[in-house]
Amino acid sequence: MEKRAIYSGYTVPLMLLIPQLIITIVFFYFPAGQAVWQSFQLEDAFGTVSQFVGFENYRELFKKPDYYKAMGTTAVFSGLVAFFSLSISLFLAVQANKAIKGAGIYKTLLIWPYAVAPAIAGVLWLFMFQPSMGVVAKFLKSMGMDWNPLLNGTHAMWLVVMAATWKQISYNFLFFLAGLQSIPHSLMEASAIDGARPFRRFWSITFPLLSPTTFFLLVVNITYVFFDTFGIIDAMTGGGPAKATETLVYKVFHDGKLGADLGGSAAQSVILMIMVIGLTAIQFKYIERKVSY
Amino acid sequence: MVEKRTFLRYFVPHVVLMLGVLIVFLPVWLAIVASTWDAATIANGQMGLLPGPDFFKNYHQALFEGTKGSTREPVGAMMFNSLVMALTIAIGKIFISILSAFAIVYYRFPFRMAAFWVIFVTLMLPVEVRIYPTYKIVADLGMLDTYQGLAIPLIASATGTLLFRQFFMTIPDELLEASKIDAAGPFRFFKDTVLPLSMTTIAALFVIQFIYGWNQYLWPLLITTKDSMQTIVIGIKKMIVTQDALTEWQLAMTTAVLALLPPVVVVIGMQRLFVKGLVETEK
Repeated sequence: MEKRAIYSGYTVPLMLLIPQLIITIVFFYFPAGQAVWQSFQLEDAFGTVSQFVGFENYRELFKKPDYYKAMGTTAVFSGLVAFFSLSISLFLAVQANKAIKGAGIYKTLLIWPYAVAPAIAGVLWLFMFQPSMGVVAKFLKSMGMDWNPLLNGTHAMWLVVMAATWKQISYNFLFFLAGLQSIPHSLMEASAIDGARPFRRFWSITFPLLSPTTFFLLVVNITYVFFDTFGIIDAMTGGGPAKATETLVYKVFHDGKLGADLGGSAAQSVILMIMVIGLTAIQFKYIERKVSY
Repeated sequence: MVEKRTFLRYFVPHVVLMLGVLIVFLPVWLAIVASTWDAATIANGQMGLLPGPDFFKNYHQALFEGTKGSTREPVGAMMFNSLVMALTIAIGKIFISILSAFAIVYYRFPFRMAAFWVIFVTLMLPVEVRIYPTYKIVADLGMLDTYQGLAIPLIASATGTLLFRQFFMTIPDELLEASKIDAAGPFRFFKDTVLPLSMTTIAALFVIQFIYGWNQYLWPLLITTKDSMQTIVIGIKKMIVTQDALTEWQLAMTTAVLALLPPVVVVIGMQRLFVKGLVETEK
């Protein structure tokens, strides 16, 4: 799509573009390029001498069991959060779509967690599940469960999953509700006349028609878990216990901290960049095409 | 639908939704409750589900004095830092992106598409993956512990430009033609036609970016070393001490409530704009 009526000239558009281009080049391209460059370098402990080592940093990275562990953790974490936040919010959205009168109010009451910072969400859930005095932790203990996320890696994982899911429900709910409201009423009526019960109508009509929304949300949720949950993990577990909640992004941060392993950290950054580019490409491809029937 | 609207069918969705709302609200409610009790009650696990007597004491201490142990900075000062950061990011992003989108949509010049792609690619890489090199540049520019350092690197993103470009495309060409006939130059057209039409888009983008800026975590964590420069989201993390006995939970929870209040108020108060911004920036 192009405009029919336009202005001509070079200087004005250039002046208009310059603020954004400068900021983008200085704070985006330059650092991204540096990350790629550094991933091929080996620095000595003092950061004074560095030499080109080719793919050595990458090779080192893939030799370490730690890295595979972080990959696994990220996969489990994002899988669980995507599954729970998508299914809970779809369930709630279907209910809100039924209760037509109150849908607007429920929307207001459910979307605000989006505005809570991930780190703050982490702190809130940490407080509820704090082993010695948290309200929910006390309840779990009274049920006879030996709840201790500070020592038990599985408990810690559930804790971050809950906090991350809680924060993501509002976003998914919003998109699911919009998706549900755009499904033509006539389709549901036709299927009802054919004798389909509500349960059948949901799985044969609503769910397939929602699939573009679901797919879009799935990609968004995975991207969210990869990057935006850093605050949750850092505030709640610090990647522990024994690295049980260390995701890929957290590892980049942790390994590069204090300049410990800049080359390795940069190599991890580059791999992450490739992953995000992949995810974004998938997102755009399907958004453009929209799964249709 | 064909099923009869029985009493049960009508009320079950409401009950389910109310339960959902309550569960979603529980963590925040407990934080509010904790912010009204004293340290001992919370530490002994005697806090119930109802507020206590120390509301004013805790909020006063948090806002103006800060915690005794970990970070002694008053939370009021942290909130000010967060506010400056969020506003700079929101306004800065709107400013640079409305200009660049105007140039890309309303001018034909060499490398126009190249410029667009240069900006567009930034959508793909969040700051988290290039964090250390960005940190190094900010350090080299002497911007550690400054408001510029907190905000400017996060402005480098294409969301705003794309959003404005998309919107400008929907402005009818006739408006520009009419404006040209009236002998108005590009600046006049921008000021009198484009800007007034863009107000809703600007407001929607503002809401989204304000929340984004206020909630930043990793970036301020890295580039602020002085306690006086830290934002509230960082401040609260420093209040949670690993040795639990030292954590002043009543103040930590007071701070949590103060930290989540501004963005939540913005979302609820400007729900329509927020939803618009959310839906459109994600496309």
